[in-house]
Amino acid sequence: MEKFTTHTGVGVPLRRSNVDTDQIIPAVYLKRVTKTGFDDALFAAWRGDSEFILNQEAYKNGSVLVAGPDFGTGSSREHAVWALKDYGFKVVIASRFADIFRGNSGKQGLLAAVVSQENVELLWKLLDAEPGKEITVSLEDRTVTCGELTVPFEIDDYVRWRLMEGLDDIGLTLQHEEDITAFEATRAAWRPKTLPSKHLPSVHIEAARPVEA
Amino acid sequence: MGTTLAEKLWTSHLVRKGEDGAPDLIYIDLHMCHEVTSPQAFEGLRLAGRQVRRPDLTIATEDHNTPTLDIDLPIADETSRIQINTLRSNAEEFGVRIHSLGDADQGVVHVVGPQLGLTMPGMTVVCGDSHTSTHGAFGSLAFGIGTSEVEHVLATQTLPLKPFKTMAINVNGELPEGSTAKDIILAIIAKIGTGGGQGYVLEYRGDAIRALSMEARMTVCNMSIEAGARAGIIAPDQTTFDYVQGRPHAPEGEDWDAAVEYWKTLVTDEDAVFDTQVDLDASDLEPFVTWGTNPGQGLPLSATVPNPDDIADEVDREAAANALEYMGLTPGTPLRDIAIDTVFLGSCTNGRIEDLRAAAEIIQGRTKAEGVRFLVVPGSARVRLQAEAEGLDKVFIDFGAEWRNAGCSMCLGMNPDQLRPQERSASTSNRNFEGRQGKGGRTHLVSPLVAAATAVRGTLSSPADLADAPAALV
Repeated sequence: MEKFTTHTGVGVPLRRSNVDTDQIIPAVYLKRVTKTGFDDALFAAWRGDSEFILNQEAYKNGSVLVAGPDFGTGSSREHAVWALKDYGFKVVIASRFADIFRGNSGKQGLLAAVVSQENVELLWKLLDAEPGKEITVSLEDRTVTCGELTVPFEIDDYVRWRLMEGLDDIGLTLQHEEDITAFEATRAAWRPKTLPSKHLPSVHIEAARPVEA
Repeated sequence: MGTTLAEKLWTSHLVRKGEDGAPDLIYIDLHMCHEVTSPQAFEGLRLAGRQVRRPDLTIATEDHNTPTLDIDLPIADETSRIQINTLRSNAEEFGVRIHSLGDADQGVVHVVGPQLGLTMPGMTVVCGDSHTSTHGAFGSLAFGIGTSEVEHVLATQTLPLKPFKTMAINVNGELPEGSTAKDIILAIIAKIGTGGGQGYVLEYRGDAIRALSMEARMTVCNMSIEAGARAGIIAPDQTTFDYVQGRPHAPEGEDWDAAVEYWKTLVTDEDAVFDTQVDLDASDLEPFVTWGTNPGQGLPLSATVPNPDDIADEVDREAAANALEYMGLTPGTPLRDIAIDTVFLGSCTNGRIEDLRAAAEIIQGRTKAEGVRFLVVPGSARVRLQAEAEGLDKVFIDFGAEWRNAGCSMCLGMNPDQLRPQERSASTSNRNFEGRQGKGGRTHLVSPLVAAATAVRGTLSSPADLADAPAALV
């Protein structure tokens, strides 16, 4: 994972609350087996509308999304984070994030910065007044700067450290493999195992057919 | 001071306490996989030269984009076929048990785990799917994870996590006839909002919850995520033990006795303190339906479509206005007057045998409203077999419904089962997001009873609205 210290890029005001992960990337785009190439799927339903913010020339190269509260609710799909990253976003700013989305962002180096709704409104006003205006996000200082305005953001200390160091979670966990093995030795005998497989007798499943119209 | 159930589950799975702000390392007892959120995780293992640490604690099913028709033919959609084939080859390569399309144990992952007896009290259960919260109904800590975390669990059987906060949701009173677990959870979400549970594990408590069957409890916990919560749990009791006992993977003999003895300790201590509490009276709870485009936008069926101008909060007002425009609804319209094109009965929320029985009982001997499409998709192949053994398939088919094979189907429209633009559904699933069931489709979330009554009348309805309704309902 790339180290993240500071980023400067075009701010995109997305004046919507409850932007769920079905809006960020509709399910039909989840069938790919790769981790990249989702940029065309980002906000797919809205991209057809010429008025949509990302279809406006000033915001085409946006990399800092400033969204309404409860961003990333719904489905756990990490594809939502991949799509935002593939499009070019490095930072999403909102006053509240859904837990799973925020977790997924941290794993993928997308900064989910929690800024009060009051300050989000101020950022929206500045961006609306000057479409294409840049925003600087400093992870080191935990600040968002847009022109004269500098506001603080919140982020979990540990996630911040990992992002700044560019560290991979699995590698960090495997440093404690002995602890995992020791824990496994204490697990009760009744705890279920999927193998060997147990199930009721197998039977043929009749295929349903289309109903004659 | 005592501890809550959520805290007990956390402590009993603690591999390593985090230091200096680092998260705790939590052991995972059961990891379920499906075709959509796992391919990139297996690919990550392969690239790093890692193995699946515990294939014996891992299981895969095919559900999200499997067709519900012609399942014995090659999958027509190429990208779906590739994704299914990728899961199959990953399962083979890494030694993971898989239940594929056509297998009697295939189905929606959250229906399959409990029916195999793999889900039981006192566990940690994860899956790359937000509705993993379903398994919390057994008194387990169960939550959805992203693909990076799927890879993490495959490689280490653990997850680095920060402790969740705890919220008690006390549901008391006797649920009226005609109201169901679905109405309880829709009412809770309407009350606390789609972000109300963020950062929390919700513990559902109270006599109305105790009175629910295991399957109804799964319906409640399933939609915890729609309130933004990481997980929902219900302390196990005799109802739970009776449901688990005798299932293929349930403990036997001395193991069973040891397990039950332990499970009985899985309650929140009387002197434990929750971070926050919410109360709901079930005794006057009407059937609930959603009118908008998030699961918190719900109202009792007797209400009318709200007027955004009446909403004080600016963000909520704008969200409501956007929702009504998308849904094609006018403020003041009685919800009962909203005409429906499609009824969908299924999903991990309401695709279990009790749901099918409840709906079948309502439609039996009645006639389907003209022009309404009624899709019945059992949650698993076993549910389908059980329903057929009880003759429910005939009830549905005689009524004019389509009796399909198992899968997620129209809940998220990844397979061919989709709404067309501006088509309107009454759906027993869990999300009414824009385009969730098909681009431009309009979804009203309902209980199986409301779904069935709606299929009869053609407009959003409860069983009490039907001519010759049972006296208890009117």
